[in-house]
Amino acid sequence: MIDTLVFLIFAGLTLAGAVAAALLRNLVHCALSLTVTFAGLALLYLSLGAQFVGFTQVLVYIGAVAILVVFAILLTRGSGALPGNLVTTSAWRIGWVAAVAVGFVLVAALQHAPFAQSAAAAPAVSVQQIGQALMGPFVLPLEIVGVLLTVALIGAVIVAMPERQGEDQ
Amino acid sequence: MLGEGILKGLAETAKNFAGSFVSEERLTTVEYPEQRLPQIENTRDFPFLVYDGEDAMAGLRCVSCQICEKECPPKCIYIVKSTDKKPDYVGKAQFYPTRFDIDISVCMSCQICVEVCPFDAIKMDTEFELSTSDRFGGLILDKHKLAKSNSYYQKIHPTEAAEVDGRLEEEKQKLEAKAKAAAEAAAAKAAADAAAKAAATTPEAQP
Amino acid sequence: MSPNPAWSRTLDQIFVLLQHRIADLFPPLLQPWVAMILGVVGIVAVFPAIFALTTVLERKGLGRMQNRLGPNRVGPFGILQPIADAIKSLTKEDIVPRSADAVVHYLAPVVLVVAIFLGYAVLPVGRNMQLLNIDAGILFFFAIGASTELSIFMAGWSSRNKYSLLGAMRAVAQMISYEVPLLLSAVVAIMMTGSLNPSRIVEAQGGFTGILPHWYVFTPWGFAGFVLFVIAALAETNRSPFDLPEGESELVAGYFTEYSGFKFALFFLGEYLGMMSIAGYGITLFLGGWGAPLSVLAFLPSWLWFFGKLFLAIFFFIWLRGTLPRLRQDQLMNFAWKFMLPMSLLDLFVAALWRFLGEWLGAGLGTEVVRWLVCGLLLAVTYVLFARVMLKRQKISPRSYRYAE
Ligand code: SF4
Ligand code: SF4
Repeated sequence: MIDTLVFLIFAGLTLAGAVAAALLRNLVHCALSLTVTFAGLALLYLSLGAQFVGFTQVLVYIGAVAILVVFAILLTRGSGALPGNLVTTSAWRIGWVAAVAVGFVLVAALQHAPFAQSAAAAPAVSVQQIGQALMGPFVLPLEIVGVLLTVALIGAVIVAMPERQGEDQ
Repeated sequence: MLGEGILKGLAETAKNFAGSFVSEERLTTVEYPEQRLPQIENTRDFPFLVYDGEDAMAGLRCVSCQICEKECPPKCIYIVKSTDKKPDYVGKAQFYPTRFDIDISVCMSCQICVEVCPFDAIKMDTEFELSTSDRFGGLILDKHKLAKSNSYYQKIHPTEAAEVDGRLEEEKQKLEAKAKAAAEAAAAKAAADAAAKAAATTPEAQP
Repeated sequence: MSPNPAWSRTLDQIFVLLQHRIADLFPPLLQPWVAMILGVVGIVAVFPAIFALTTVLERKGLGRMQNRLGPNRVGPFGILQPIADAIKSLTKEDIVPRSADAVVHYLAPVVLVVAIFLGYAVLPVGRNMQLLNIDAGILFFFAIGASTELSIFMAGWSSRNKYSLLGAMRAVAQMISYEVPLLLSAVVAIMMTGSLNPSRIVEAQGGFTGILPHWYVFTPWGFAGFVLFVIAALAETNRSPFDLPEGESELVAGYFTEYSGFKFALFFLGEYLGMMSIAGYGITLFLGGWGAPLSVLAFLPSWLWFFGKLFLAIFFFIWLRGTLPRLRQDQLMNFAWKFMLPMSLLDLFVAALWRFLGEWLGAGLGTEVVRWLVCGLLLAVTYVLFARVMLKRQKISPRSYRYAE
């Protein structure tokens, strides 16, 4: 009973944030609503007992991704309110198509997912176990992700590097 | 070595911290309302109007020439010139300001008004406890508040005041001398005229 | 634990006992909630009180460092100054700029203070004195700490003021840059304990050799980690010398330029609470938490030690503020990425080496000596090399302008 109520509140928060992010005019407001969605997701993880995932969600998404989004918005010219009506533009229609397609894929995936039928079967995963799994069986994927991120970092540095004199002619 | 300067700095401030508890001489500040430092002579903040003699309004040196009003960079002086003339301290008939306001919330203490005044009528004050709860009216000083006696001026800026007094005295003497000379010349001329007239009229027969 | 007399144990647990006593007055169903609320009330009462005390102590301390007296008018020795300040900030007009984004402008300080208060939930301030004993406590703190950046951005952006926005951008850039070394330096302690639980980390440092405690700061890697943590913590909390986001000389007051009255007070509160919570975690990670510094002093209650250490930490922050000038933006970034990050990575490596040296060589005095020598030398030599390179690169020349003239 209480669990359902908590779930409904958190789910509502998440959805409200998402809807606001899609509909608000001001891009910074959109980014902030997106953060609300992230926070709602983190709360959902926490209410499922997945502490590590929940806190990581906060650390990574609210602490880093949201900031990144906001920075990106401020560095472009769209930080003010957008003029005009967005709903009728062609980009919006393409968006609809994409949304419907994603929705189909999600529904299809959910229907075939092997859900545990009872809540009692949910395993309690401690942070230590996650750590051991990451350093044991999943060490290769972890390393690959690490290399990928390093490559991205180096790429970013190269893009941001000032051009030397003589080369810009 | 990296970080050495930080350690040195920390030692220095620690010395100050501990030292300020043991030696009173270290404390460079004074407890202001109870303790006051003697004012240095060149202190200045806002202008005031100098008057001579006893009656402030009668003795104002200001002749309302409005030069200061025009020169004040932030335009914080407001003068209304009188329509009539009244005798000033030396007895000469002069215009006088019916209104003379300085908004000290605007004044920037530049002393330009003092520099330009040809009559040594406006000088810089040293009074700084001007806080008021009325930030509009309370900070506009009218001529009654601005008027301060020459002896006050002599007290706050002795050297400068002595110089001004000397100059004024000199001018006054020059004026007197000139007046005297003029009077003498006039008298002489009058006498000469009279003599000439007398001489001219002598031969003729008196009616 | 050494056998302490009963009175000392009672004194140690006095607040916990009090909490249980009060909770027992309620029906059993409500008891956990009441206990929780009491804990929250405790945190919300104690830390702001320390904040109030800190503001006056800071002003007095800074004054003494500059050979002044500091505030001494309100109450004896000016100790009631915070009350006067509180009344002043509560009665001041709350001005919201006309072009500001009212909702975000209003939310920013609230979000900041709430997030910072959340951080206290897992801070162990004494034996058994932790509101939430969760496994991933340290992670929780860092997650919460990272989300304060967003409220700072909100404050800066919603004010529609160039100083606010610049301050917010500086603050966010600085916090992101220093979060990396902060986390990495904390990881050392976590790695050696093998737990993210703050209480476990404190307990792991609880032993004594002779009369000296087993704090992490008394090991080569722990010392390096501690220094790095302190520097990163200063930057994270925008304390001097890393107070560029609110550099008065260039940005008025940075991201809270447009705040006044109570909201300004909230920012102020948030800043100091953030400083205290990060100091609290530094104490937990490296300075033995609520543990006594000497085994003979262990009979004193644990909370006394924690708050004693907290006050020392605050004093140290004030001392630094009274000493160091503000950094320049490029120095700040260079320091973060070219010194802090490599050093904290090296420290991580050294900590691992320490641990495996212990495993390979087995326990014994010889192992200790070898460990100390190898790890200490590794850190010291790298530091010296770094320092030489950094100082050599520093070219002091007259300032040149690119576009002027
Ligand atoms: S001191 Fe300067 S600003 Fe003040 S009244 Fe005189 S001219 Fe004006
Ligand atoms: S104060 Fe001096 S300059 Fe100003 S109106 Fe009077 S006489 Fe003229």
